[in-house]
Amino acid sequence: MGSDGNLLFIIAVLPFLGALVPGVMIRAGRNACATFAAVPTALALIMLLVLAPSVMKGEVLTAQASWLPQIGLSVSFFLDGLGLLFATMILGVGLLITLYARFYLSGEDPMGQFYTYLLLFQGAMLGIVLSDNILLLLIFWELTSLSSFLLIGYWKHLPEGRQGARMALTVTGAGGLAMIAGMLILGQIVGSYQLTDILKAGDLIKSSEWYLPALILILLGAFAKSAQFPFHFWLPHAMAAPTPVSAYLHSATMVKAGVFLMARMWPALAGTDAWFYIVATTGLITMVLGALIALFKDDLKALLAFSTVSHLGLLTMLLGFGTEMAAVAAVFHIINHLTFKASLFMIAGVVDHEAHTRNIHRLGGLRHLMPVTFALGTIAALSMAGIPLLNGFVSKEMMLEEASHTVWAGATWAVPALATLGALLSVAYSFRFIVHVFLGPVREDYPHTPHDPSLGMLMSPAILVALVIAIGLVPAVAEPVVALAASAVTGHELHGVHLKLWHGVTPALYMSGVAVLGGAALLALHKPLDRSWQSAPRPEAKAIFDALIRAAVRLSARVTGWTHDGTISRYIAIFVIATIASGLAAYFGGALGPQTRPMLPVTPLAAVGWVLVVVATGLVVVLHRKRFLVLVVISIIGLMVSAGFVYLSAPDLALTQISVETVTIMLLLVALHFLPKETPLESSRGLRIRDGLIAAAAGISVAALSFAFMMRDVETISDYHLANSYTGGGGNNVVNVILVDFRGYDTYGEIIVLGIAGLIIYALMQQLLTGRAARKLRNLTLTPDRSRDRHPLMMVVATRVMMPIAVMVGVYIFLRGHNMPGGGFVAGLVISIALLMQYMASGFAWTQARQKVEYHTLIGFGVVIAGLTGAGAWLAGKPFLTSAYGYVHMPPVEEFELATAALFDLGVFLAVLGAVMLMLYSLSRIARYAGETVNVEPMDFDPSEPNDAAAKEGH
Amino acid sequence: MELIVASAVGVLTAGGVYLILRLRAFAVIIGLALLSYAVNVFLFSSGGLSVNLPPILSKYGDAAYTDPLPQALVLTAIVISFGMTAVLVMIALGAYLEADTDRINIPAEDPDADGDADAAEGRAS
Repeated sequence: MGSDGNLLFIIAVLPFLGALVPGVMIRAGRNACATFAAVPTALALIMLLVLAPSVMKGEVLTAQASWLPQIGLSVSFFLDGLGLLFATMILGVGLLITLYARFYLSGEDPMGQFYTYLLLFQGAMLGIVLSDNILLLLIFWELTSLSSFLLIGYWKHLPEGRQGARMALTVTGAGGLAMIAGMLILGQIVGSYQLTDILKAGDLIKSSEWYLPALILILLGAFAKSAQFPFHFWLPHAMAAPTPVSAYLHSATMVKAGVFLMARMWPALAGTDAWFYIVATTGLITMVLGALIALFKDDLKALLAFSTVSHLGLLTMLLGFGTEMAAVAAVFHIINHLTFKASLFMIAGVVDHEAHTRNIHRLGGLRHLMPVTFALGTIAALSMAGIPLLNGFVSKEMMLEEASHTVWAGATWAVPALATLGALLSVAYSFRFIVHVFLGPVREDYPHTPHDPSLGMLMSPAILVALVIAIGLVPAVAEPVVALAASAVTGHELHGVHLKLWHGVTPALYMSGVAVLGGAALLALHKPLDRSWQSAPRPEAKAIFDALIRAAVRLSARVTGWTHDGTISRYIAIFVIATIASGLAAYFGGALGPQTRPMLPVTPLAAVGWVLVVVATGLVVVLHRKRFLVLVVISIIGLMVSAGFVYLSAPDLALTQISVETVTIMLLLVALHFLPKETPLESSRGLRIRDGLIAAAAGISVAALSFAFMMRDVETISDYHLANSYTGGGGNNVVNVILVDFRGYDTYGEIIVLGIAGLIIYALMQQLLTGRAARKLRNLTLTPDRSRDRHPLMMVVATRVMMPIAVMVGVYIFLRGHNMPGGGFVAGLVISIALLMQYMASGFAWTQARQKVEYHTLIGFGVVIAGLTGAGAWLAGKPFLTSAYGYVHMPPVEEFELATAALFDLGVFLAVLGAVMLMLYSLSRIARYAGETVNVEPMDFDPSEPNDAAAKEGH
Repeated sequence: MELIVASAVGVLTAGGVYLILRLRAFAVIIGLALLSYAVNVFLFSSGGLSVNLPPILSKYGDAAYTDPLPQALVLTAIVISFGMTAVLVMIALGAYLEADTDRINIPAEDPDADGDADAAEGRAS
């Protein structure tokens, strides 16, 4: 396999790589752009042909690389007969379309974009037919929906283009979602997402009770993509796309994806009654309905679009029959339909390009003006009608043959009769294409006098028409390809596949005869029929679709309006109640184990603390409208919580809690400077009682949960931490070792979060200092009753003296953290408090002037140091954040420890310090902006004045 | 002891929930502070309570220790909750300065003021 497999990867990737080029190459001109768009396609095609011989010998080439093995997703491709056929069609027609589009697109169209989209689409389509993993296939499937959206809406200025693109995306995307569900079920049944495994497990799938749901969901996706009834309506609206897109997507490739999928899944899903009745019936209805509508469409492309719908129906029906010969006929017709329909689309594009209209009523007599176009169009249309000596005849004959002996729910006549009707209508619209466009007298009133276009534009349809004739005359040339692909569809080698022009006098021949004669008669009667068709009422698919979308939008708006009405209090209430309810459900639904821990005795001291907490909480609730007062009361709670931590063997927590408490209160005090000092009484008594009940329920539940938790032993990993703290992390303070070593990743994430919070506050502050809020701040009248001596001498001196001591305490706490309570978090907070004292005592500007390092920089350094320390472990070949430590003994000093964990802790320290300072600094800057006077001197009243500058140091 | 810790957690939770159901930003911030205390103590206590057994390894043989893991988790939680409070305060301050009120609920809007016709239509009907 080796190199062949690699080639498969390259083939699959080439279009995507190639898609990058045209958008750039357009600067070098339109020819260069088109050439470079053709190169990846041509290269992929060549590689495919290199692989072709071994596939023709019956080999199945595979290539595999795992991507997300946990969920069964792998990047694996395989190439068998069916894949080869489709890949050749995609790339071959892609090449012809690239050539055609070069001449079709006008100077104003952004050609680079077009080719980029086209190659993206080509890559996605190629991915579908080569995927060996259904999850991968689904990804490519969605990619075709997305890239076709871009292509259909290529002419962004046309409203029809935009609407058509949206509709196509909605319908095929919704189908794709259904298919994802179906494929997942399929994968669950088989136990593998590899297509090759699934195809072998047909019997297992069909006997599974999940077979029907999976089948229906997958078929929904396939039907939506292949425009089967009732999803057929999106295809005609997608005709707003440029004609090369229509020729490529809507005749040769994308709409065939659904058919391809049904063919691909044939061994796994086909052969049951459910398959027959769903697939064959849908196909039959689509075939007849599409042909009927096509007959009465006046837009050339709409006619071709509905004819495509009809032919896709035919293919679906053949696959639905579930017999081997039907599969052969389907594969053969896929090739034939591609050749004649793609060329017809291009001919329609030529007519539109030359005559500036596609309306059949305004055309006619073009055979004299555009003889070459006429010849090509006529041959292709006759093939579509199924006239002998052209390829359409052979496969249509095979279809009728299969239909003639298919029994539908006991009725022997239904399928043959309807198939003949479909063929008859098909003959009628094909003849109409020829007669109403090319025959008849030359008119005077074309919007633009048409001529045969340049060779470049006719080249692509001509090549396809040559194939139409060649396969029509000697069907045997297609035999090996068809046999190979049909073998891949049915899952076992087929012998005796013979494609012949003449099958003898069979029922199918009679049916064909009826179809041709009837079709010609129908065309003769077209005028009166058309009049009654146009006046007859019929459902307008677009109106229904739009109404559905509007209803969906209205429904979601109503749901959003009801659930998301901007009342945060309500969301919180709902959230709290729901949480309590789920807790209760868990309590009553499960069994609570026995209590395993004894209760600790309550000391009088603890009882006092408890009373203080409860009373303070009650006071906070009662007094919460007096905002300053509440800050005083809440600090009691903070103190009691810290004391509780000390009492309950958590010295680290106590240190942290008390320092956080200090900075929090300071922060709230600064903020309260700008906020109203009182909260008005707004909620009604009823509302307060309701909230009180909710709060009481929440409190009781949490208390009960907490109590239940404390009275039971739990499985814990802490013993590991206790046992390894010293030997593994080199520290006696297990909490600190957990923070900087065992759970270092968490801590690393947390200091980053804290840093981000600091930066958010800084950014918000910057934002507030511009615009509306800034104007308001400028005019803010601050409380009149404030101290006239904001920076009293005693305080300045005291804080100045305390500064070195505070810093020393901080350093001490930091250094001992690894073995005793302390560490980076606490040290960071302590040092910030030391700095904040300077801000408070000596004023903002004075302190700011002495700041040497920006707080942002501190955060950055902290995160970088912590990160680098962690990464340093890589150098030693260990995982991220593995710490190393050693003991150093220098004679005058006691033996001390050096651990990389201390470096990490330094990072934590810097990040915490920077973040806390940045937060408070930002709030203070707002105060300064609000017109607060700023002292440059340390004191408002300098006792040493009017002495010189030396005295201003404050000593 | 367990009982009074659990009841303190319950009281703090109840006070916090009541306050975050108020209509002004400041009350909500205070309520969240109470809830933070409650949650931190709750998490801390989930390791079980013990007196005089700090998780500082002793040099003298096999001493007993309290569960260190909840402590480590709560330590960072305390610092992070400060960061969260600070961000909230800043947002509340910004909202107050921009909107002249520190109400937390978006007032019921009149449909004309809303540019999104579909949404307004959905609400009106």
